[in-house]
Amino acid sequence: MSNVSDLFNYWVVVFLMMAGFYVVIAQGNLIKKLIGLSLFQASVFIFYISLGFVEGGIAPILEEGVSNYANPLPHVLILTAIVVSVATTAVGLALAVRIHEAYGSIEEDDIQTLDLEADDPDEAPSDKPEDSPR
Amino acid sequence: MRDLFAVAMMFGIYSLLTAALFMDLDAADVAFTEAAVGAGVTTILLLSSLRLTGRWERRPKHSPLLPLLVVGVTGAALVYGTLDMPHLGDPQAPVHQHVAPHYIENAPQEMGIPNIVTAVLASYRGFDTLGETLVIFTAGLSVFLLLGSRAGGRPRPGKTAIGEQPVLRLVVKVLIPFILLFALYVQLHGEYGAGGGFQAGVIFATGMVLYDLVFGEGDARLVVPARWLPRLAAFGILVYGSVGLYALLHGRPFLDYTVLAEDPMVGRHLGILLVELGIGICVFAVVLSIFYALSGRRRQP
Amino acid sequence: MNLGDHLPLLAIILPLLAAPVCVLIGRAGAAWLIALTSSVLSLAAAAALLQGVVQERTVSYQLGGWAPPWGIELRVDLLGAYVLLIVCAMAAMVMAYARRSVIREVEAALIPAFYAALLLVFAGLAGITVTGDAFNLFVFLEISSLASYALISMGRDRRAVSAAFQYLVMGSIGATFILIGIGFLYLMTGTLNMQDLAQRLPAVSDTRTVRAGFAFLTVGIGLKLALFPLHLWLPNAYAYAPSVVSALLAATATKVAVYALLRFIIDVFGADFSLGDMPLNLLLILLGSLGILVASLVAVYQDNVKRMLAYSSVAQVGYMVLGIGLASAAGVSAAILHLFNHALMKGALFLALGAVAYQMGRVRLKDFAGLGRSMPWTMAAIVVSGLSLIGVPGTAGFISKWYLVLAILEQDLWPLAMLVLVGSILALLYMGRLVEAAYFQHPEKNTVVPREAPLSLLLPLWVLATANLYFGLFTDLNVGIAQQASSQLLEGRP
Repeated sequence: MSNVSDLFNYWVVVFLMMAGFYVVIAQGNLIKKLIGLSLFQASVFIFYISLGFVEGGIAPILEEGVSNYANPLPHVLILTAIVVSVATTAVGLALAVRIHEAYGSIEEDDIQTLDLEADDPDEAPSDKPEDSPR
Repeated sequence: MRDLFAVAMMFGIYSLLTAALFMDLDAADVAFTEAAVGAGVTTILLLSSLRLTGRWERRPKHSPLLPLLVVGVTGAALVYGTLDMPHLGDPQAPVHQHVAPHYIENAPQEMGIPNIVTAVLASYRGFDTLGETLVIFTAGLSVFLLLGSRAGGRPRPGKTAIGEQPVLRLVVKVLIPFILLFALYVQLHGEYGAGGGFQAGVIFATGMVLYDLVFGEGDARLVVPARWLPRLAAFGILVYGSVGLYALLHGRPFLDYTVLAEDPMVGRHLGILLVELGIGICVFAVVLSIFYALSGRRRQP
Repeated sequence: MNLGDHLPLLAIILPLLAAPVCVLIGRAGAAWLIALTSSVLSLAAAAALLQGVVQERTVSYQLGGWAPPWGIELRVDLLGAYVLLIVCAMAAMVMAYARRSVIREVEAALIPAFYAALLLVFAGLAGITVTGDAFNLFVFLEISSLASYALISMGRDRRAVSAAFQYLVMGSIGATFILIGIGFLYLMTGTLNMQDLAQRLPAVSDTRTVRAGFAFLTVGIGLKLALFPLHLWLPNAYAYAPSVVSALLAATATKVAVYALLRFIIDVFGADFSLGDMPLNLLLILLGSLGILVASLVAVYQDNVKRMLAYSSVAQVGYMVLGIGLASAAGVSAAILHLFNHALMKGALFLALGAVAYQMGRVRLKDFAGLGRSMPWTMAAIVVSGLSLIGVPGTAGFISKWYLVLAILEQDLWPLAMLVLVGSILALLYMGRLVEAAYFQHPEKNTVVPREAPLSLLLPLWVLATANLYFGLFTDLNVGIAQQASSQLLEGRP
């Protein structure tokens, strides 16, 4: 069992992650959800990078006479993960733009209401292909 | 906060702070990327989308109890998980024992380049990086599928998103050559310092985005037309892929760069340069095409 | 190395690099041809690979020539080769079917990009089945997920876009959970290679970090798996996506998630830890049973036939998870077997719906009235694969139910066996409504009577429908390999 103060760093990161996670699941605005998602992911990145940290080390670019380097592997993983995160955000934003065009709103409640109306037996409005402009 | 513009800016600041934190934790490459991507690209894309979807958010009606419960349970699980973790910065932690020291010890002899992050990225875990480039390509493709066709709209040369800004024009005019030059430096210097194809592609694209913002839609599109971009991105991937497949012709596994030259070390060095070039091309094309797609779209009534 | 040594790579790299080629060429016809050719070639590679793995042993391929754990390794054991074969076979069928259906459902200018995205979904899923590296699995997962978000949004109904967004949010949360899980494991072991993880985890398996990592991985995969109650994204996503996308995803995506679950909980963590020390077996049995009951019940009340089958998919995932939860060789092999057979039935059913959508433009229950006469071949295929879904003897579906019930009775869990029976009765109900509409109802007066679907749609459809019968009678391939794969997985690696 570790001393509590040593783990404090991790707990700050956990708090940040949960702040982002809360925004994703609790907010009704789609763009805000995406921002929350990015926040959540960015905080996971901080967690990973802190794994790679070595007390007294330097960035893993070799120099004469230095033998203590930060762990490069988490850095590589997170470079990939950052790219994945921004890719997801970009696709999410494009979807949000399309949703705004199709529904006239990016609030989750409005979209659900409109979908429930469309679920009525006749499904009249949604059968026309022109309904969703690309 | 109800104003999404402010939320987007706050997010940009958060990313920049994160980048600073990464620098503090000795992760130069990651800090560079987070600054360029998180603070730069993501914020630009957020703002471009807000222009299309509206700046203000409605007050939510839901009770926050269930989400709070989910978040509470998840957070508790995370804290529970941290209880047995090695301490921050402890060199004896298992994470620093097994695979990582191998890279630090052997990369210089095997690759002949000092930046170990680049060595791991482009060679030891080169397949992940091919996957990462494909993720970017997929994102570009997805945005094209979503926003690509009809509503693209014709560019309006000379008309800018932010109005006439003479001072800004001058500043940007002076800055852009340096930005593009810097991008080239980052591209070619990735083995020695922080940077590489990914960051270079983003910076290059940012230069074009700035140009587009200040000098008007259309001007940038004359330099790099939107319809080239998907093909350019595909070309970037194929550069990466063909370097990998070349090894197969010589009876070596995919992405084995040693076949590129007589001396294995020179071959690996050359391989890294080539795949970084492929990444740079693909990332540049995709970032710019996503920006074009979002900024070129007209807000519908 | 000769060509045979490159098989694990070829199976995934062909579709992966064919995607940019589609974009580069930019013509609809050529893109389809490239997509079809690369899928068929990778099917051939997968078949050859499975043959090799059955005869000899697990295949390892060191990318970049770096030995694991320093480099990334592709590692194909029986389970991997088996699921890879399913994925490739389904992709090849869907591509063969796609040409005319896509022309009708997708805007012409977007078709090359559409095929590129379809190939990326396929290649990403195939990549998951062959990779031996935990982080690489995450990367492939993201390639296939991102491409599928865009593809789902291509449906003509505007609900396709909101369904895609919902899937994006839930899928990304799942992926981030998986990332956290992998991070915790890496933190305790210093490695990302699955083999290496499996060897190093027992030493630290009683730490809270590993347990939390396990929980995050399981929940993350559960989201991708549409494990009840994390399935909310699935019904609308499948219901409103273009026909070929629904067919490809329904036949492969959840299967690959089941594969990932098996790979992590049994291979990496070890069955003793996952299903013994941790209470995951009970949880899986509970959620699996609930999923079967609730999702089947909801399916009975759907008017949109695609959504009905999507709920049915959630229920079928329940059967697989139930089998894994039994924590026995028989249970796991029943799950693997059902994975194979379910791909056949859902592939065939969604392709048949695509044929109906091709002629009718939509697939509500009342649109099926009279189709038994006007589209006899399509409806006959629906009946055959529907019987398989219910589990009538002589079909592949019966075989999976049979082995699942045997595995359940091995442990004297009578109530669960009853539950499987109830699930079948519910399936009979919802498939019955469809068949009743098609054969015994008359279409409304003023509707146009559709013609039979064109041959290019019927042919792949009937290949799959016939496979449902074939694998119900000749079970060497599906049952035999499922049992071998299960024992290989549980007894450690050879």
